[in-house]
Amino acid sequence: MGLSSSSNAPGTGTLVAQQPRGLVDASGRPIGHDDSFFMEVNSELADKGFFVAAADDLITWARTGSLMWMTFGLACCAVEMMQVSMPRYDVERFGFAPRGSPRQSDVMIVAGTLTNKMAPALRKVYDQMPEPRYVISMGSCANGGGYYHYSYSVVRGCDRVVPVDIYVPGCPPTAEALLYGVLLLQRKIRRTGTIER
Amino acid sequence: MDETLKELGDYIAASRGEAILGYEVAYGELNVRVAHDAIADVVAWLAKDPKGGFVSLVDVCGADYPEREKRFDVVYHLLSPARNLRIRLTIQTDDVTPVPSITPILPGANWFEREAYDLYGILFVGHPDLRRLLTDYGFEGHPLRKDFPVTGYVEVRYDDEQKRVVYEPVRLNQEFRDFDFLSPWEGTDYVLPGDEKAKAETKPS
Repeated sequence: MGLSSSSNAPGTGTLVAQQPRGLVDASGRPIGHDDSFFMEVNSELADKGFFVAAADDLITWARTGSLMWMTFGLACCAVEMMQVSMPRYDVERFGFAPRGSPRQSDVMIVAGTLTNKMAPALRKVYDQMPEPRYVISMGSCANGGGYYHYSYSVVRGCDRVVPVDIYVPGCPPTAEALLYGVLLLQRKIRRTGTIER
Repeated sequence: MDETLKELGDYIAASRGEAILGYEVAYGELNVRVAHDAIADVVAWLAKDPKGGFVSLVDVCGADYPEREKRFDVVYHLLSPARNLRIRLTIQTDDVTPVPSITPILPGANWFEREAYDLYGILFVGHPDLRRLLTDYGFEGHPLRKDFPVTGYVEVRYDDEQKRVVYEPVRLNQEFRDFDFLSPWEGTDYVLPGDEKAKAETKPS
């Protein structure tokens, strides 16, 4: 329940928003205000005016916040991929912005059935992307052929053609599922990302 | 409606004589069987004739009946906007007998005939550019023929040494599964495990 009838104005039907719960602890202060890591960073910043971190961490952190994705819509999954960049889910708030050219993108979302005829074109687009590059395989067809697994014209999983980082299951996956896949990719970059060449 | 179609069928059969092998009106639709070498003449005549006016080509498709001597049907769907009538022409052919193309008469047939050639291997003479339309470049076989295996003969993979996508013979990691599509509500040939009693009761003795 987000809203409840106010007790001090009975009968008028005025609706008052409930107090947020789970954001404050028993003492009435925000959760995490006494977190040791946060306190340490905060005091360092207050003391010196700057703080020290590894360049790797800084660069991978920056990368997660500016992932340009290549639109590779092949079938019905593409509709959900469009939806994820529309105002309701709005991936641009995570710095995940669509880009029309493979030479300017970091991520390729393979959204839909990859056919034999399309496979060389997909590989060419992947080869044109600059390093570091990532691939999200979206939907059953891209993951393993899906409904068309036994078909004469369909690649049984796009990982036969390009290396895949994140698999998003579903037929098609909801925009929400794809958004979760994007967040998982960001976590993967944060944890395993490196600036080694 | 059926009378109009029957009248039209009679008229076509009377006017084109030997080119028409027969016709029937079924499910409110007129089906005309045409001799396979006369199809272009019949289509041209149907488009021009004042009682026809079938100038709109809706579809050209194939069908495979492997048990027949002439295994393929080529089916033409035509629409007459002037009379608000539809007609279906059927001819029979096999994989070596060419069919006259109707592309010079109705240019919309171009890609339909290419598709029928691609998927069934039906040959059309007089077609300006009879190439494959849908299947992969260098594809072998005609996939909608009944004797074409559903998994095909080749699959693709990116080869890291050759740095390109290569073709290999199909190797299925998971055995082909034959799915049972019979609905349990509409009735199955077998008795479901645990359902023996219900089956026995419904059968009147």
